[in-house]
Amino acid sequence: MTPDLEAIVAEAEAAFAATADPATLEQVKARYLGKTGVIPELLKGLGKLDPEARRDAGARINAAKARIEAALDARREAIARDAMNARLREEALDVTLPGRGRGRGSIHPVIRTWQRIEEIFGSIGFDVADGPEIETDWYNFTALNNPLNHPARSMQDTFYVEGTDSEGLPLLLRTHTSPMQVRYARMHEPPIKVIAPGRTYRVDSDATHSPMFHQVEGLWIDENISFADLKGVYTDFLHRFFETDELAVRFRPSFFPFTEPSAEIDMKFDSGPLEGRWLEISGAGQVHPKVIRNFGLDPERWIGFAFGSGLERLTMLRYGIDDLRLFFDGDLRFLRQFA
Amino acid sequence: MQFSEEWLRSMVDPSLGTDELAHLLTMSGLEVEECVPAGPTFSGVVVGEVVAAQPHPNADRLKVCEVNAGGERVNVVCGAPNVVIGMKVPFARIGAVLPPQDGKPLEIRRATMRGVESEGMLCSARELGLSDDHSGLLALLPETQPGTDVRDVLALDDRIFTIKLTPNRADCLSVLGIAREVAALTGSPLNAPTPPAVKATTADVYPVRITDSAGCGRFAGRVIRGVNAKASTPDWMKRRLERAGQRSISALVDVTNYVMLELGRPLHVYDLDKLRGPIDVRFGRKGEKVLLLNEQTVELDTDVLAITDDSGPIGLAGIMGGESTKADLDTRNVLLEAAFFFPDAIAGRARRYNFSSDASHRFERGVDFDNNVAGIERATQLILDICGGQPGPVSDNVAQLPERKPVAMRVERARRIIGIPLSADEMGGAFARLGLSLVRESERFVVTPPSFRFDLEIEEDLIEEVARVHGFDRIPVQPPKAPAIMRSRPERQRSLHAIRAALAAADYHEVINYAFVDEQWERDLAGNADPIRVRNPIASQLAVMRSQLAGGLLANVQHNLNRKVPRIRVFEVGRVFRRSAAVADGPLAVGGIDQPMRVGGAAFGPALEEQWGVAGRPVDFYDVKADVEALLAPRVARFEPEPLPALHPGRAAKVTVDGRAAGWIGELHPEWQRKFDLPGPVILFELDATLLQEVPLPVYQPVSRFPAVLRDLAVVVDDHVPAGLMLEALQAALPAVVESVQVFDLYRGKGVENGKKSLAFRVLLQDTQKTLTDAEVDATMTLALSIIQQRFGGNLRQ
Repeated sequence: MTPDLEAIVAEAEAAFAATADPATLEQVKARYLGKTGVIPELLKGLGKLDPEARRDAGARINAAKARIEAALDARREAIARDAMNARLREEALDVTLPGRGRGRGSIHPVIRTWQRIEEIFGSIGFDVADGPEIETDWYNFTALNNPLNHPARSMQDTFYVEGTDSEGLPLLLRTHTSPMQVRYARMHEPPIKVIAPGRTYRVDSDATHSPMFHQVEGLWIDENISFADLKGVYTDFLHRFFETDELAVRFRPSFFPFTEPSAEIDMKFDSGPLEGRWLEISGAGQVHPKVIRNFGLDPERWIGFAFGSGLERLTMLRYGIDDLRLFFDGDLRFLRQFA
Repeated sequence: MQFSEEWLRSMVDPSLGTDELAHLLTMSGLEVEECVPAGPTFSGVVVGEVVAAQPHPNADRLKVCEVNAGGERVNVVCGAPNVVIGMKVPFARIGAVLPPQDGKPLEIRRATMRGVESEGMLCSARELGLSDDHSGLLALLPETQPGTDVRDVLALDDRIFTIKLTPNRADCLSVLGIAREVAALTGSPLNAPTPPAVKATTADVYPVRITDSAGCGRFAGRVIRGVNAKASTPDWMKRRLERAGQRSISALVDVTNYVMLELGRPLHVYDLDKLRGPIDVRFGRKGEKVLLLNEQTVELDTDVLAITDDSGPIGLAGIMGGESTKADLDTRNVLLEAAFFFPDAIAGRARRYNFSSDASHRFERGVDFDNNVAGIERATQLILDICGGQPGPVSDNVAQLPERKPVAMRVERARRIIGIPLSADEMGGAFARLGLSLVRESERFVVTPPSFRFDLEIEEDLIEEVARVHGFDRIPVQPPKAPAIMRSRPERQRSLHAIRAALAAADYHEVINYAFVDEQWERDLAGNADPIRVRNPIASQLAVMRSQLAGGLLANVQHNLNRKVPRIRVFEVGRVFRRSAAVADGPLAVGGIDQPMRVGGAAFGPALEEQWGVAGRPVDFYDVKADVEALLAPRVARFEPEPLPALHPGRAAKVTVDGRAAGWIGELHPEWQRKFDLPGPVILFELDATLLQEVPLPVYQPVSRFPAVLRDLAVVVDDHVPAGLMLEALQAALPAVVESVQVFDLYRGKGVENGKKSLAFRVLLQDTQKTLTDAEVDATMTLALSIIQQRFGGNLRQ
């Protein structure tokens, strides 16, 4: 009798397909391919046939065996794949849940401005300096051509602290960052190119004045640094800082004891809530020859400009902050916005 | 400096509108701070003459007036009590719009009042928004023409300019000064008042001596007898004074104020009959006192210039007159004073007495020393017009006047400073327009400053004038040319911004706190009984300089807690201030004061934001210690117990790096936690910023190709033995093959004797040259155990 190999293969394929796990599959495999399984039994029966018929039948049985083995492999893979899929389904996360761990703090907006100013001026080679906040009268006033009793002193209301300098004058809290012009210039050889951001103090406290605030001082001394250069540098700075060239800048004559000519710098946005209003942004000018002399330099040879700007004001204009007091409250609801 | 446009235009009248004029002034350095209408807004109101007034047929209180409004005659019903035939009053025609009374402008319509038609309204001062006076109709001067617009009659379309003058421009503290500037900038002719000399009708001269000519350079005077001090100041003068911010006081005082504002010439008027003997101008003497016009008694000093007579000081020269000789409404005979006081003799004195006056403001900046007589003549003329009287001759005592040294300006220097190739002709033109007397040499100008300018002393002063008259906005915006030299920060140093960024990444928010704090904070938190005090603090809680950052940070915690923020982590980078005899004056130091930059932080509330994946727990010492360690990395800091006033004594450590003090960390003392009203502990730290900025260069070590060996060692020691000391001892004593030693477990409780703790160390061993043998590893671990046993009394955990 010739076995119906097609039927055996079909039956084996069906039996494999009916299994759902590796163990059952192996049991079913034994039924067909095991020592006493259908295929080995058929092969054992070949011995009874004549050689020609044996070769022929053997080839057919082996072909059937190969098909059953292929079906077995396919089923094994399918079961493994199903198992993996099931596991992956099981292990799926809710990726929308927030990440674990700590949050992120923030940099104070005024300091953010401070840092940006350092970067902008650093890009054309300005150094950065800082120095004492408790200052002597000489560095804060006299060296800057603002001697005792000068009416210009009443432009700034000064905080005095305990202690006196070598002249016997009371120590004070610097009213501007300008003392750093003198300190830095006395420590370095020209060309001098420096900004000095830092804390400053004045006796003034209301909605638009804080007794402590920040300024940035700029100083560039070389043989030919002119008022036109000041206009160039400061205008460029404002365009970079506010990231727009659509910003009008004007320089108008003013007075500071330590510069001459002196200018007040105003700027004007051409859009936004402050559109069309001139806003005072800085005091500047060519460094006064007496101040150059106090730098220890010869004003005939060395000239240049200086400027001073308020960081709070720049910050308020940059981010549209409308209340100065927010800077000094330490209110996290405000500070978090500058992460 | 405040003045009305009308007054200015009476001296110079360029063909510029008000806004253009304001812009011109601002751009020339006289910043117009404000430019506002002088009067309220209304229209359609003309001068009306009351030609007849009949009682109203149906109302007792009302009258029916016939009003001549210039060409037309109309009937107006009026209830004012002061209406009389012939008076000139403001008449609002039909269609007139009056200033808002209750927010809305009032339009005048034809109305029937109790059966009589009224074709307009007669107005009180209040109805026109001029004052609160509603007692009756506003009486206009009899000579005004019916039909004339009341706005013109009262000059209400005038504008008030307020100029923020810089201290160098004392010459612009008068209408004449501003007019001079406008004339220079526009080329319009200047029509300066030129008071004629008033002929003396008496020979009276009051004796004056100038003892201290270093203080008083000139003293011009004039006696006027028989004045009527009660005469009233004319409306035109009152109006100009009011619009210049001066209240009308009395005719005599008003005249002196008027001349001061008009010509920039401060005057003083004495009651001649109250003077005792000759006037002497001299510096004060210790102990002398004078009662001033502001009712303040001040004590003189030897550098305070005084006007004196035989009775002693009768006024502070150039600052304020005295009460004893003041002219009042009963004064009959007066002495006018027009002096010149040197700025150095006046500057700062008024401020010393805590006040300032119009006179001191001017004299300390510099007053024209050439217009004394002109000022007296002008005042005499006005006094005679208003108060009458018989003038004596002007007596002009000149001691010494300021020198006016010629100032040279080199054309080339001006070009170099301004930065543009201005021609010499343009520069000369600028000086000419300013009316400066000058000599032009080939490549320089020599200018002799006029008596009213005190700000032209050096070459740069003239360069500034050139630039200013040329116009700052005409100087081009020029990107400078400079050698391209690279600049970089040393690799061994990081910026404070990098430290801030690291703290922000570690979940701290940056704050900025005042450097002056409550003295109590210093005492409690810093144990500082003698902080550096602010001599003039703005508030008692801002009275001393901080010596550490903690107080401000705790206030930040408190502030946010009050706003229901449950988790607060803040940091600040700022200076602290301490007395220190070790600090000498230096390039970046002020003698006697140490003011280091510090980095401080505070953490309060849950260790992490409340979240689904981590059990909540309060922040503790070790959380913040990890932040501090990360901030200092790659350097390894040493933490040693150290009691500090702010901190819990058992939870406080000083931090050192390579033997140098780096700062401290710890938990706020429960006592202060209670005082600051905080519901939980706060962990604080403060580190030296300079030390934090130092970062070592990486040092390369070859990476071993041989396998590493990990061994654990669990020991039991007394609870009080610091783990850090054990670690240090192991690290120091173990051979070089020991790569690292770490504490990986701490246990107290069941299985460990009371008062003891179990610590587990993990030792990583590695040799760069060979594979370690078991024997070598065992020997190392035995050594480790023996160190623990001998030095710390520990034992292997069983």
